[in-house]
Amino acid sequence: MLLEALMAVAFVGALTVFLAPNEWAGRLAFAISLIPFVGSLSLWSGFEAGGNALLGGEVAYATQIEWLEVGGRSVSWFVGLDGISLPLFVLTTFLVPLAILSAWTPVDTRQSQFYGLMLFMEANLLGVFAALDFFLWFVFWEAVLVPMYFLIGIWGGPRRKYAAIKFFVYTNAASLLMFIGFMSLVFALGDSVSSFALPEIAQAVAAGDLGAWFGIAPDAVAMFAFVAMFLGFAVKVPIVPFHTWLPDAHVQAPTPASVLLAGVLLKMGTYALLRFNFTMLPEQASMLAVPIAAIAVVSVIYGAMLALAQKDLKRIVAYSSVSSMGYVILGLIAFTEYGVGGATFQMVAHGLISGLMFMAVGVIYNTTHTRMVGDMAGMADRMPITVGILVAGAFGYMGLPLMAGFAGEFFIFVGSLSAPALPYAPVFTALAMFGIVIVAGYLLSAMQSTLFGPFELETDYEVGPAAFHDVAPLAVLLVAIIVLGVAPDIFFEMIRDAAIPVVEGVTIDG
Amino acid sequence: MVETLPQVTALLPALVLAATGLALLLVDTISPDARSNTSMAVVSAVGALASLSVTVWFVASGTGSVDTGGAITLFADAIKVDTLGLFFTAIFASVTALVVVAAHDYFHDHDNPAAFYSLTLFAATGMALLAVANSLAVVFVALEMVSLPSYVLVAYLKQNRGSVEAGLKYFLVGALSSAIFLFGISLVYAATGSLILADIASASIEGLAGVLGVGVVMMIGGVAFKTASVPFHFWAPEAYEGAPAPVSAFLSSASKAAGFVVAFRVFTEAFPLGMAVSANVNWMLAFAILAAVTMTLGNFAAAVQEEVKRMLAYSSIGHAGYALIGVAALTLDGPANGTVMGAAMAHLLVYGFMNTGAFLFVAMAERWGVGRTFADYAGLWRRAPVASVAMAVFMFSLAGLPPFAGFFSKYFLFQAAIDNGFLWLAALGAVNSVVSLYYYSRVVKALFLDDPETPSALDAVDVRPTALYAAVVFAAVATMLLLPGFGPVIETAEAAASALF
Repeated sequence: MLLEALMAVAFVGALTVFLAPNEWAGRLAFAISLIPFVGSLSLWSGFEAGGNALLGGEVAYATQIEWLEVGGRSVSWFVGLDGISLPLFVLTTFLVPLAILSAWTPVDTRQSQFYGLMLFMEANLLGVFAALDFFLWFVFWEAVLVPMYFLIGIWGGPRRKYAAIKFFVYTNAASLLMFIGFMSLVFALGDSVSSFALPEIAQAVAAGDLGAWFGIAPDAVAMFAFVAMFLGFAVKVPIVPFHTWLPDAHVQAPTPASVLLAGVLLKMGTYALLRFNFTMLPEQASMLAVPIAAIAVVSVIYGAMLALAQKDLKRIVAYSSVSSMGYVILGLIAFTEYGVGGATFQMVAHGLISGLMFMAVGVIYNTTHTRMVGDMAGMADRMPITVGILVAGAFGYMGLPLMAGFAGEFFIFVGSLSAPALPYAPVFTALAMFGIVIVAGYLLSAMQSTLFGPFELETDYEVGPAAFHDVAPLAVLLVAIIVLGVAPDIFFEMIRDAAIPVVEGVTIDG
Repeated sequence: MVETLPQVTALLPALVLAATGLALLLVDTISPDARSNTSMAVVSAVGALASLSVTVWFVASGTGSVDTGGAITLFADAIKVDTLGLFFTAIFASVTALVVVAAHDYFHDHDNPAAFYSLTLFAATGMALLAVANSLAVVFVALEMVSLPSYVLVAYLKQNRGSVEAGLKYFLVGALSSAIFLFGISLVYAATGSLILADIASASIEGLAGVLGVGVVMMIGGVAFKTASVPFHFWAPEAYEGAPAPVSAFLSSASKAAGFVVAFRVFTEAFPLGMAVSANVNWMLAFAILAAVTMTLGNFAAAVQEEVKRMLAYSSIGHAGYALIGVAALTLDGPANGTVMGAAMAHLLVYGFMNTGAFLFVAMAERWGVGRTFADYAGLWRRAPVASVAMAVFMFSLAGLPPFAGFFSKYFLFQAAIDNGFLWLAALGAVNSVVSLYYYSRVVKALFLDDPETPSALDAVDVRPTALYAAVVFAAVATMLLLPGFGPVIETAEAAASALF
């Protein structure tokens, strides 16, 4: 019941904050958001389940209550966590309070609505990671879009309308495609499933219960479902060439929304890819291994090249997310213990690191009111702590050992280098590794010109260090990144436990 | 416990509505000084809610359901109270309650608000009667009982040219379609020699199938008028746009559902699927074509409108197309006949709340006097956050986005159509839903993202119409709560519909 209670706290908290006066909405929202965080730590410490929730593993904190019935299949309130969803659940509850804290300075209008939407989004994000029933999951999945649309559209930058609508249209169209893909799978399963519970559907597919539907052969249905779902999730991740909504959304979004967008919303895409495409339809995945790996590598390299060409700090970080998500896809398609496990670990690691980067850029922007590389120089003199943490975070992005990014990328490369199901695995891995060089290139050059050298910024006010509540979340994030880098096993063990059944599902036929 | 009461108490929901309407009329006539807008609104809201409570109680206690001995027939089979009728009565009573509450603020400076309330309740009585009509004669009388007050209601702002013009257009099209419907009934009577639905079904029609077929086609015309479906949809945009917004809400939600109860009950009971196939009077095919054309036309026409109210009018035509799937996606011995019609009923219930709410938001905008186009709604969020959030809920729900009840009602409908072998109709509905997201999100964009053209444009928003607010917020809460609470709704609806086959 604790799981439901945490989601309820976020939801009721959202309503409360929505009605609270603007003056202390930020403080109230922060206090409320600490409750799910503390609660999720207790879920983490009490976590004992093993295996993959979808493939017959044990589901921790499971609740299943029948909701309604559609077309002879039952829909239920079915939530629970396993080794894959728990880390992402904790990541969400951890990032939301920090994102709320980072909003105290920049958000100066309609605070109660802003923080209310943030908490509403948290409630739905937790639902996405906890739901184990397709309908329940889909309701949460779509409900995340609504607050994000308003956060970008109301509190965003000058082109916020364009960015919000683009975000909304892209992700909704993708959802529809994914929905059709999944439904074709369910219809093809026919009477062999009696509910929309994901474990039941995954196991029915694995048992070969797929039948023909409207005269389409089972294999064709499975392939159609895989492609439709893959394209649907690819927009969310995003994978090149479906990434164009991302830079617009990120650049226009207010900092706290960017933090959650990069930190958690993108992971919804990779999480869903792992849960649906790679867990339910591993055969189709291995049939398409080469094109998917190619797309992953293109995302890595092309995303990094795009970042290299940017002059806006936020755009740089945004494009580098495209690049990092490419690694996750590579890890997933490798279908090895370390590949899938590393990909999941990288989701958490990237959530922390990109959150840190967006937050740090936001803190600098609060002071300078510009994010253009050419407009400023020598920020290290005026904001030493912020800049220090930003530099540390950037090194985390480049994969400095003993930081979370290194562990994630290392696991992925170990996994993909020896991937038996992926032809030319070493070539793909080597190409992807090259991406790290480009990452180092653009991050170092951007930092050198903005942060170091003699101070230079045209303002009519004194540029000084940021407030404590701006810097504190940065420091907390940095500590978390280092902890996760030094002791990856705190998450990786449970992730591996849940990833192994996925890997075992794939048949290797040359 | 209901069984021990006289059978006529099964009509209590309709009787409560009628009594409330008469009481209002009585007070208005014998003591015109005693009436006040507030007291009239309160009395009518109480009457509508009482009727709703009785209806819900009847449904919960199983009155007229298959489990408790089947439908209750009254007056020599002219009336038949069953779960289907009660389900629709619940829709009518809910919408009526919302509309009369909202009307209190909308007609705050009207000379004679009393007549509005009694006319609305009389129309609602007609709908409740229509829901339980078991004879074509009762169907026709009840249909006229809905229509005549509606004509007056549309033209209720008699100083307003738009309102009067809309009323006249509605009356002319309505009179024509009533005549066609009545002629259809007479042809059916000629072919079968009966007006009671069950007797029509069992009558021998040797050699008269052609007469019956023409009669059925004409009756389809009457249904199309009431539900604002193609080819009798022309009146809807004009009437909804010109009418006072609470009346538009009433017509587009309750009156439309009243048209559907005729379609659902009369066609399945009087012309059952077996007879339709054997006599080659395939009304299902006719409805399938009408559904496809109606939803497509409504959605594409809505996409090019510049006025919010007119857009909602076309969107309600589009939704009539979705609900028509309930009588279109039926096949002889189809595995999901009851499911598909039940899903259409559940959709009409959800639609009753979300569409009424949307029109009542327009009523609020008219009360403020902010203008009619999308551009006039720009930035309303700054002045009226709660109402704007409610409007966003209605828009997303009408479009069928997941966090709201409209998602489930549409999904169940399309899924049931697929289960019955009507993949093409479901696919067309899904495509139309995607189109609809475009124009619904335009409203949300205007409310929340756009800046008002002039800083003073929002100064009109200087009053807080409490009752209107309450009605809008209540409709929004209902739209959201119907998502988790969809189970009992769909079960009731499916059970009610399955009893017809």
